[in-house]
Amino acid sequence: MGSYIATSVQEREEMLASVGVGSLDELFADIPSEVRKKGKWDLPPGRSEMEVLAYMERLASQNQVFRSVFRGAGAYDHYIPQIVKSVVSKEEFLTTYTPYQAEVSQGVLQSIFEYQTMICRLTGMDASNASVYDGASAAAEAAAMCRDRKRNQVLVSATAHPDTIRTIRTYCFGNGMEFLLVPEKDGMTDIEFAAAYSNAQTACLYVQQPNYYGLIEDAGTLGAAVHQAGGKYIMGINPIAAAILKTPRECGADIAVGDGQPLGMPLGYGGPYLGFMACTADLTRKLPGRIAGETVDAKGRRGYVLTLQAREQHIRREKASSNICSNQALCAMTMAVYMAAMGAEGMAQAASLCASKAAYLRNGLKEAGFLPVYGSRPFFHEFVTTSPIPAGEVEKQLEKVGILGGLPLAEDRILWCCTEKNSREDMDELTGLLKKMTERGGGL
Amino acid sequence: MKLIFEKSCGGHRLDLLPPCDVPVKSYPDELLRKKTLLLPELSENEISRHYTKLAGRTFGVNDGCYPLGSCTMKYNPKVNETAAALPGFTKIHPLQPESSVQGCLHALKLAETLLCEITGMDRMTFQPAAGAHGEFTGLLLIKAYHEHRGDFGRRKIIVPDSAHGTNPASASMAGFTVVSIPSGPDGCVDLTALKEAVGEDTAGLMLTNPNTVGLFDKNILEITKIVHEAGGLNYYDGANLNAVVGIVRPGDMGFDVVHLNLHKTFSTPHGGGGPGSGPVGCKALLAEFLPGPTVEGDGPYRLETPEHSIGKVKAFYGNFLVVIRALAYILTLGREGIPDAARYAVLHANYMKAELSRDYDMACPGLCMHEFVMCLEELKKQTGVSALDIAKGLLDDGIHPPTMYFPLIVPEALMVEPTETESKETMDEVIRVFRKLKERAVREPEAMHELPLTAAVRRLDEVTAARHPKLKYEAETE
Repeated sequence: MGSYIATSVQEREEMLASVGVGSLDELFADIPSEVRKKGKWDLPPGRSEMEVLAYMERLASQNQVFRSVFRGAGAYDHYIPQIVKSVVSKEEFLTTYTPYQAEVSQGVLQSIFEYQTMICRLTGMDASNASVYDGASAAAEAAAMCRDRKRNQVLVSATAHPDTIRTIRTYCFGNGMEFLLVPEKDGMTDIEFAAAYSNAQTACLYVQQPNYYGLIEDAGTLGAAVHQAGGKYIMGINPIAAAILKTPRECGADIAVGDGQPLGMPLGYGGPYLGFMACTADLTRKLPGRIAGETVDAKGRRGYVLTLQAREQHIRREKASSNICSNQALCAMTMAVYMAAMGAEGMAQAASLCASKAAYLRNGLKEAGFLPVYGSRPFFHEFVTTSPIPAGEVEKQLEKVGILGGLPLAEDRILWCCTEKNSREDMDELTGLLKKMTERGGGL
Repeated sequence: MKLIFEKSCGGHRLDLLPPCDVPVKSYPDELLRKKTLLLPELSENEISRHYTKLAGRTFGVNDGCYPLGSCTMKYNPKVNETAAALPGFTKIHPLQPESSVQGCLHALKLAETLLCEITGMDRMTFQPAAGAHGEFTGLLLIKAYHEHRGDFGRRKIIVPDSAHGTNPASASMAGFTVVSIPSGPDGCVDLTALKEAVGEDTAGLMLTNPNTVGLFDKNILEITKIVHEAGGLNYYDGANLNAVVGIVRPGDMGFDVVHLNLHKTFSTPHGGGGPGSGPVGCKALLAEFLPGPTVEGDGPYRLETPEHSIGKVKAFYGNFLVVIRALAYILTLGREGIPDAARYAVLHANYMKAELSRDYDMACPGLCMHEFVMCLEELKKQTGVSALDIAKGLLDDGIHPPTMYFPLIVPEALMVEPTETESKETMDEVIRVFRKLKERAVREPEAMHELPLTAAVRRLDEVTAARHPKLKYEAETE
């Protein structure tokens, strides 16, 4: 069996003697026998490292790695610069705890401070926290920030990611906020509905940009609608698109959130990713979770600490702004290294590549009989088409040749995605295959 | 040292992406950002060195003893990292068809089966990303359970005053009123206070056992029975599971729902504060309320959402790659290694406690579980040297301080948890330094307030940081 215990038998006996007990079991004398498990533990015997790794490799091999991915819907297959992997695998960063002891945590604190700066610059907001779990929980935490004594209702656009909608709804089940879904109209948030239902009870409106269908929402108008009723405006953004699109601040957002996965994190079957959160200055003290701040030491040297801790659970307990303790710190560092490596120019290039390829693929698919559903709307790197053959069948046929096709939304609807990783050749291959399928009315 | 923005040089860059091989798309001006995105402009070498320098100013488990109480800073095995980096896991899209993710589903199912056996639970969700997230999820299960029975009057969660701060904060987020009950000086539940607190409005009790003073509450069966008899459910905070993993199970203690911290008990790295993983296990009576989807079947596996699911607490299925690390750990240790981890964690804590008892007061004398709490109140009274001073003093000798000022019921507390992976030699060194600091506290107390002397910075002004928050870098030209 494998073990990571660094104590020899002799050392064990020395320690037992020092403690004054005769055996390891005596240390557990306080545990009443009637609490102990009856019978054997149904656990496998321990294994050597070689066996464990071989087993894990076998598990991994039971998954299909697609050579070509045209699926997004909340998890995006972007290129990860090698420097990103190298930095975040440094043992100091990997194995350190939350930086409570600032004197020996300046490295990680400074990296959080730099991350917060980058998030503020990306979103145009004033203050960022050190990350939360993911984009969906960030949206839910943001909604909770907007609650006050009079305003208890959360408006959520139906064009947001379904998991984000579900997560906000769950948090509302917890904290008692009222949840109201703003319907979609032709793939976009129904602005008239949002305006009509924004009132004195409205705490906030949540809108995703670009939305679940890849469309670019009229974010400024939506923000104005909820602001008119005195509610707050939360935007959930894609950080790659944010390099070129209007910032949440420029759209009037009070809080900007999103999932950082596209910036350096592998697909990893859904996680770990990270939720970024930034807000206007007046909301800073309502932010959940860790925040790093600049200060000076006893000698006047610049340094960083976790700050505004009076918001947090370990100080405020049941009155805290959130219960969050562990966040996604290493993922936040991943995102920061990604942004540093790409630079503003590289980020804009990635965004442009995504958008250009999606436009190219959409044209190709049209020729193959998969027609764009929201034809005239501006979109980023995702789009919905019709499917002349059952969407599940398209998925199955493409799977056979190593292509992960778009996500079936309905029998005749598919949500496609492109990133910089999809070459023209791969896209031409895809459209060729689909054309063939359409002609044959199914199979390849 | 300089911030990455201050190192930025115009024109330095990396060349990471290929040129565009399709017609370039452009957007109308009104959709584009007006504010220029300002990011560092650096070469790869400059970025690499920047982070190497930051790493040098960061203390990890690999740098030395990290006896942070309640945090279980054990060694993070390398094989876990290798397993989590396998392309067959990292390159898998969360929305791939089920037929193409059988390996992922098998891994989740196996982790669920093993962890249910370890905790004495029937089902488990891996969706929660951290311990507090698990608490929130578990409490929502309790809420859904009562409401599903048509009982809307159970609005109170009982939490002992020795509990982790996340407990009351989670209860509050789940819409409950927190009833704090006093603990004895040993952190154990005051049975009389508990009996008085329970009633028809009791939704449940949150408890960690061993408790935050490091003692196993012997009355555990009576405690959980009192709550059950009042119609409430029992929630187990798994933060301290490392003390009893493989020895005794929360399910056998009378708990109905439990969260685990895979980043504590199951050896996954803390990453400077995350990502962790906070799976929630429950008894069968709560399974229909779990977040969806859960993994069903025994090959082929499929994803299904339980009938009365509380919904999702995050996107997809949780911090999957963290679960992979924990699974590799459990398979490595197996049925012998898992209880051994607990035995040695407890032995090491008792050894340090016994040795340090000669020089320091303990919150509670006698044997402890995986951690113990020192009480420096008397030392402070006599010398003016506080728990903080002693903690900061450890830094100069390359030792990470214990958890400070927790639990709240112990004044001037230092909470020490060495874990099973520290060697006796390392612990002896920590004990030696603690003794040296005690002697110095008596001899020259004033000097102690200045410590540490050798760290990258001296003590930082936290008051100013909070009063005039500076939360991002602003260049003079901005």
